[in-house]
Amino acid sequence: MPGKLKVRIVAGRHLPVMDRASDLTDAFVEVKFGNTTFKTDVFPKSLNPQWNSEWFKFEVDDEDLQDEPLQITVLDHDTYSANDAIGKVYIDIDPLLSSEAATVISGWFPIYDTIHGIRGEINVVVKVDLFNDLNRFRQSSCGVKFFCTTSIPKCYKVVTVHGFVEELVVNEDPEYQWIDRIRTPRASNEARQRLISLMSGELQRKIGLKVLEMGGNAVVGYLQCFDLEGESGLVVRAIGTACTLDKLSNPSAALLPACNSPSKEIKEVPFSEDPNPNTHSSGPSTPLKNQTYSFSPSKSYSRQSSSSDTDLSLTPKTGMGSGGSAGKEGGPLKTLLRQQTQTALEQREFPFFTLTCFPPGFLVHVGGVVSARSVKLLDRIHNPDEPETRDAWWEEIRQEIKSHAKALGCHAVIGYSESTSICEEVCILSASGTAAVLNPKFLQDGSLDGCSEHRLEEPSPPSCGFCHIPYDELNMPFPAHLTYCYNCRKQKVPDVLFTTVDLPVEAAVTGKGCLIQARLCRLKKKAQGEANATAISNLLPFMEYELHTQLMNKLKLRGMNALFGLRIQISVGENMLVGLASATGVYLTALPTPGGIQIAGKTSSDITYEQHISNMQKKINDTIAKNKELYEITPPKLFALDPEVSTFKGQNTEMSEEIIGSPIPEPRQRSRIFRSHSESSDEISELDLSHGKKDAFVLEIDDADAVEDIHSLLTDAPLPAGFYSCNTEIMPGIYNWTTGLQMFTSVRVFRLNNVNLTNQGLNKIFNDLCENLLKSLYFKLRSMIPCCLCHVNFTVAVPEDELIQVAVTAVAMTFDKDQAQESWKASVDKALMKVIAENEEQLQFPLELCSDSPGAQPFSPRKGLQESVSTQAIPEAQRASSLEKASPQALGHARVRSTTAYTGSTITVVKMTPLSFIPGAKIVKYVGIINMFFIRETTSLREEGGVSGFLHAFIAEVFAMVRAHVAALGGNAVVSYIMKECVFMENPNKNQAQCLINVSGDAVIFVRESELEAIPVQPQTTSSQASNGGADVTT
Amino acid sequence: MAMELDVFVGNTTIMDEDVYLLWLDGYTVSDAVSMRMKSGILEQCGASQDVLESDTMDHYRTFQMTERLLHNPSKLVNQLLFQIPPHRQNMLIERWGGGAAIVKITVQKCYKILNPFSPSLAPSLPPSLALTGRYYAFDEAFVREVLGKKLSKGTKKDLDDVSAKTGITLKSCRRQFDNFKRVFKVVEEMKGPLVENIHQNFLLSDRLARDYAAIVFFANSRFETGKKKLQYLTFEDFAFCAEQLIQNWTLGAVDSMVEDMDVDLDKEFLQDLKDLKVLITDKDMMDQHKSLVCTALRGKLQVFSEMEGSFKNLSRGLVNIAGKLMNNKDVRDLFIDLVEKFIEPCKSDKWSLNDVRLFLTQHTNSVRALDAFKHQAVWERYMRVIQSCILKMYHD
Repeated sequence: MPGKLKVRIVAGRHLPVMDRASDLTDAFVEVKFGNTTFKTDVFPKSLNPQWNSEWFKFEVDDEDLQDEPLQITVLDHDTYSANDAIGKVYIDIDPLLSSEAATVISGWFPIYDTIHGIRGEINVVVKVDLFNDLNRFRQSSCGVKFFCTTSIPKCYKVVTVHGFVEELVVNEDPEYQWIDRIRTPRASNEARQRLISLMSGELQRKIGLKVLEMGGNAVVGYLQCFDLEGESGLVVRAIGTACTLDKLSNPSAALLPACNSPSKEIKEVPFSEDPNPNTHSSGPSTPLKNQTYSFSPSKSYSRQSSSSDTDLSLTPKTGMGSGGSAGKEGGPLKTLLRQQTQTALEQREFPFFTLTCFPPGFLVHVGGVVSARSVKLLDRIHNPDEPETRDAWWEEIRQEIKSHAKALGCHAVIGYSESTSICEEVCILSASGTAAVLNPKFLQDGSLDGCSEHRLEEPSPPSCGFCHIPYDELNMPFPAHLTYCYNCRKQKVPDVLFTTVDLPVEAAVTGKGCLIQARLCRLKKKAQGEANATAISNLLPFMEYELHTQLMNKLKLRGMNALFGLRIQISVGENMLVGLASATGVYLTALPTPGGIQIAGKTSSDITYEQHISNMQKKINDTIAKNKELYEITPPKLFALDPEVSTFKGQNTEMSEEIIGSPIPEPRQRSRIFRSHSESSDEISELDLSHGKKDAFVLEIDDADAVEDIHSLLTDAPLPAGFYSCNTEIMPGIYNWTTGLQMFTSVRVFRLNNVNLTNQGLNKIFNDLCENLLKSLYFKLRSMIPCCLCHVNFTVAVPEDELIQVAVTAVAMTFDKDQAQESWKASVDKALMKVIAENEEQLQFPLELCSDSPGAQPFSPRKGLQESVSTQAIPEAQRASSLEKASPQALGHARVRSTTAYTGSTITVVKMTPLSFIPGAKIVKYVGIINMFFIRETTSLREEGGVSGFLHAFIAEVFAMVRAHVAALGGNAVVSYIMKECVFMENPNKNQAQCLINVSGDAVIFVRESELEAIPVQPQTTSSQASNGGADVTT
Repeated sequence: MAMELDVFVGNTTIMDEDVYLLWLDGYTVSDAVSMRMKSGILEQCGASQDVLESDTMDHYRTFQMTERLLHNPSKLVNQLLFQIPPHRQNMLIERWGGGAAIVKITVQKCYKILNPFSPSLAPSLPPSLALTGRYYAFDEAFVREVLGKKLSKGTKKDLDDVSAKTGITLKSCRRQFDNFKRVFKVVEEMKGPLVENIHQNFLLSDRLARDYAAIVFFANSRFETGKKKLQYLTFEDFAFCAEQLIQNWTLGAVDSMVEDMDVDLDKEFLQDLKDLKVLITDKDMMDQHKSLVCTALRGKLQVFSEMEGSFKNLSRGLVNIAGKLMNNKDVRDLFIDLVEKFIEPCKSDKWSLNDVRLFLTQHTNSVRALDAFKHQAVWERYMRVIQSCILKMYHD
């Protein structure tokens, strides 16, 4: 009996009227955990009952504590007939099992019914007494912390990153059990909700055990998904990165690692001092990417051999290696590094990391995106306790990924994620990540002190190091065009870089980034079984190829050279496949300037045709120029070329020779050169090849498809003034976030009524659907201008034959436009400040030791400096270091202060964001992981305002329930919030609809920076409240 | 091909104040869209019509979901479904002027300051309280139509006539009517001051709470306000009179802890009013009263001779009204009587407002000098109200 769970039911409010005669309700509550149930007394004739129950005590194994949810049911007492259920509340008590998370769950929870939605609220207090049993870690994994955040959580520091953990559990789906035919929809929904809750508890416990085995104490980047396989079952699976985390004694000190405060912190800006970032033209891009399509009907294993590697690089295979000697300089070091990493990683089956943001120095080189997809036929899971087939499927895919990474000369895969798309009995399993070389010091236990070793490995500056190729340039896995790094000019870089991770904070970027999407639909004949699976796997490579071409074109159109946060989703429907790729484009200073887009027509003497082409070319060139202006892409000033580099260039074709003769032209001039070429089509066909080798990207218009492609390229609506968008955590080029924050979810379902659709028609519809959705978002959020949509996460689905569903969750954040211009200056200032601050730190340390209240003195010298910085852009580094000195006690003050300042309603404002941070605020505590699953069903669709009314209400209810749980844990925000699933089904003829939503995130307590600043001023506010402070922080 | 489903849900509920007003005014989505288009919002934001349609639909859905809460505004403050930050509620509650016709103007002003493209403010989040205020605001033209009518199903059925007459959409008329009825039902049998009760239960501003008190009071006693002769009177006139009546003639004026204290008139007092008849039935007393008034007003009144001529008629009118008030039916005619028996004769003789004020003051005070008259307290309680009502109602 290692644990005692205690529950108290305090009161209810706003209950629905259950007795029509009296317009009142006789409510009581059932509290259930495992197989034990307690009941409160009936509180008669009230819509606001006050039960004030005793403590209900459950004595349970900690295994059960982890698996089981606490189930609270509110009922209406009926003397003559069965008691009517009003609704339920499920509470995950996992956060109470870790000493570092919440200590009590207490607050108002919405009472939820799967048919009626939220019906009033109930006030509950939950506590857990864990007995001090030394053996408890053997049976369960209580105490392992879980984080959805895909970076190291703010108030922790990472000791070791152990690596990949995965697990899946399967069960029969209650909706498909025979009993479902006789029970009510409510009972069936509740059975499903409960089962998934149980399964995720079990999954989390099992993963926790693996983490403990590895010697870790936390899972970061925990991603749990469920697959509704219909008849064949229900799969809940999860992946994550096991780590050993240390809680920082002073949480605010966690700000110091650069990756932890992406909001403002700019690293020392090494590139600003670098005098020679040169620019020169280079070979064509080669996206680093491998794909595999294998189709293996699970029944006949013999066919699994059909897996094949498909090289999808877009550029002509010129096979031209530059062969420069300088490339080898990095060689020995690289080998050394590789060996070290190898030893660290080799023991691991899968050197995968679900993290997308890393501590500085962790990421050494990035190879490129690796992905694998596989089409499977689902069959019934016969033995739920041994989900071997599903495990084997994933295992197969992970092996694939691993081998791709190896081919890129990388030993690890970062930003790794897995997903599925299911339609009837066909399932597409996908995995993707970024091949990378990591710094071994984080991967080995206790090797953190090995600083000397560490120094050896860092010949390249952090602002460009990750761009340098990890593979051997003489033995490249694919044809790529390499140039010397434009930043350090010592090592080779590719000309385009695709990754699934966030932009490293230390990366040198020119201008701002933007959201880039590739959208594609492909029709597919309706088919059954293996024929269907074969058809799908035949289509997949073409879809990937086209998505890729689109991405590349759009990237060039924006004058950028790298994609971050790339996420390609391919969804399968009965008669179509829908593909959506989203990423954030940026201009990496270290990579060469991308070339323009060249349109080549068939050699034709038709004058109107030529004109048409040159018109289009002009449009494209104009767009590129406009985009460069919009995203402020002005590459650093040019300097005379290194002789070495120019030799290298000399090997290029005629056109670059032209350029070499003069100082390298600026990008705009270059686009003019292209334009002049485009004026005569004869020249184009001649230049075609050479452009292919160099930086111009050639689009050949030889069929209707290509014309469509170009149109779609140009029809992307420009961002309205004042808006930026990205799908990563950080928007490159924006550092001065203000506090405006609006997380939202928008869902659209489009019905295709036209039966005879072509691929083009379908593409246009899908493209318009996404574009219009974005336009609507911009309109909705116009009052926040200037603002940036961050972490824009699109998901597509084909719920039925003629339906396309697009759901997007993102956060709009305001920023200060005026400061944007000064950011460069400010960042230099910041760097300076930091140096000063660091010096002071050493001086002040003794001071702090002898004084309990640090007071204002340590701040005063820097306050002077603060004023010298023109705007509110108080350097992050400085603030961070000042916070570091604030004692934990002082932090308590801040929280108390904010509680006392808080007036008004009793409801805590809970912020929600898909990002891992809150602008202008410090996360001081993680109070627990939120992982919630809801089903909502209606049999009165019209009365509830149709499908839109139904879903609108449901999403609002989900938000409300998430907020209530966070508030009850004592938190005031959810970070890394994600809506993982939104399955919507309707049957308008029967007036019915059903929707399943799965959301997760990390509940946290944050404190406004402005409040933290004031800490030393009010040391007298120390009080006993400190312990519960912070829960109600609002600003 | 059609959009089957289209929703947008923010963690912080976004509510556009312009759309809210359109919704309150009962416009359909398509009407609201075309009105918004006329406002030039599309050019401002570079959006297209379908964007506006989708946006308007979202807002309408949100408002429909909020409506349930607005019916019971105290719920709105601690509901969990919509997150509307409290600091904003407080901020706007100060700004919000409240009250009938003024509301719309104020709101639009607020909106201009708050909403468009101001970087310092988070999305336009109206406070739930201002929201309530606006939900409970009513149109002057509408309230004049139903003031004093029984808030029954019958009246509700006739709302289409009201709608046709006032040009206010039927939907909006129904909402306003339902608001009146809801407030009426809740506070009808409550203890304590009427205005305070409304203020607490519906979180309305002081001003709007007073207006609702007047509406509830008029509906309860069913005062006639719709007759042609009363058409020149505004809602504000009646609201003022209602306040006078509540403060002086109800039970609450004597005892502050009885049920219905502010809604029902003090029956005992109405009975006592019969005793005032002596002022006109006793000829000596009437003559004495007249001479006292005339002496005091000589030289001060511009219409002295007219006053002298009509003194007995006016005095008789005032006292007769008092005498009839014990019958419920005659209570309803209070205002029409005041107009017919006093205001119209004065107006036809071209009395100025000042003349009326001087006369009424003197007429009331002179009674103190009548030794034979024993009902000074009742007289003064009666005349205090009559005097201020007449003065309020004495305009064109």
